[in-house]
Amino acid sequence: MGEKRKIALTVNGRRYEDEVEVRVTLADFVRGQLGLTGTHLGCEHGVCGACTILFDGMSARSCLMLAVQADGHELLTVEGIAPSPDELHPLQQAFHEHHGLQCGYCTPGILTTLIEFLRDNPDPTEKEVRIALSGNLCRCTGYQNIVTATLAAAQKLKDSPEPKWPQGAQLQGAAPSP
Amino acid sequence: MKPPPFSYHDPQTVSEAVRLLGSLDNAKLLAGGQSLMPMLNFRFVLPDHVIDLNRVEGLSYIRESGDTLEIGAMTRQRDLEFSGTVRARWPIMHEALLQVGHRQTRNRGTIGGSLCHLDPAAELVTLATAYDATVTVVGPNGQREIAFADFPAAYMAPSIELNELVTAVRFPRWSPNHSYAFIEFSRRHGDFAITSAAVLLEAEGAGKITRASVTLGGVGTAPTRAREVEQAIVGEVASPELFRAACESCRKLEALDDVHAPASYRQHLAAVLSRRALEKAHARLAEPAGARVH
Repeated sequence: MGEKRKIALTVNGRRYEDEVEVRVTLADFVRGQLGLTGTHLGCEHGVCGACTILFDGMSARSCLMLAVQADGHELLTVEGIAPSPDELHPLQQAFHEHHGLQCGYCTPGILTTLIEFLRDNPDPTEKEVRIALSGNLCRCTGYQNIVTATLAAAQKLKDSPEPKWPQGAQLQGAAPSP
Repeated sequence: MKPPPFSYHDPQTVSEAVRLLGSLDNAKLLAGGQSLMPMLNFRFVLPDHVIDLNRVEGLSYIRESGDTLEIGAMTRQRDLEFSGTVRARWPIMHEALLQVGHRQTRNRGTIGGSLCHLDPAAELVTLATAYDATVTVVGPNGQREIAFADFPAAYMAPSIELNELVTAVRFPRWSPNHSYAFIEFSRRHGDFAITSAAVLLEAEGAGKITRASVTLGGVGTAPTRAREVEQAIVGEVASPELFRAACESCRKLEALDDVHAPASYRQHLAAVLSRRALEKAHARLAEPAGARVH
């Protein structure tokens, strides 16, 4: 076995402590050691976006990070988006209603990407949605329902008095000064 | 698709990182990971040691002093994209950054990592060439500066020693009235450009061009300043005919020939994109300086 390290991190509001081989990617750690297999791996080299998670509130390709780099940080994976086991987030509900899932493989990465996107752009245009989705490859090759679902979710979130973002979706740490 | 075994080091200071770099054999520096991690996953690189710079203090900042923008090497592309300073006085950088990868990669990717990976099609590498940026490098014998024209030693190989690391890069400022354009041709949004063109322009009113920087990315083994174009337009009154004639010289640039495009296609794109970028920059000159920030 290779070199190992102890790490502690928060995923979907829950704290985990574990020992991980230093060469293990964050995606493999989340799936294999934490058992959160909702995060999918498509290309494993940063192109397809299926493994997108939020890292301190910012979307990142978890196949392009090492698990040791997450020590002391906060993650959101697709499992953390729904407010409860029997309730969907408005974004998930919109994907359900508008058939935005299709085969579903790329969906976890798309949902995490869009949680960040709608948090930062509550009133997007269709073009902005398509650009936001450009880093997520859907090989069912039908983005139409995904875009429709996203715009519907934006509307629903806008109409709700206090849009609820899951724990782990808040932006951590400030950007360096202007 | 799993990284090979390596030893992991996460220094907290630049001096500690330099010491590790100087004492460990076959070590790689890990910045934002958007290039090194795919290479590790593919096992294109097999380092014995990975030195992670993400916990090094003092390498992430955007600092304007006088006529210079100094950017710490570990500053994320995201932070540059959202910087008001960058957008107001280095607006071409904002325009270029929106074409760098995707939100997910800009959140992690760093300027130092991008410059050191030195992909000839990378937007930030093209901009560093366009601005004649200066790179600050630290090694066991202290600090030195490298003019960006001297930074590429070969294809995707920066002219820094194995025991040195880039700590900052400085971009000079153009006049408050300057104009700019960054355009690129790629098959999909966020892909590396097959060819890109960066133009910086100063002129008397919207008339005679007094200063120009025209740079083409993705054409040669490193981004190339189109000196012939610059010389042909400075001192002249801007016009579509002037730009069209001047940019024809780009068809003579040495160009890469690979699976993405033959050399002749890159040369064609170089001529077309440099002309379009000049036209876009020139059209922006007619706008009030404040409105040029898109």
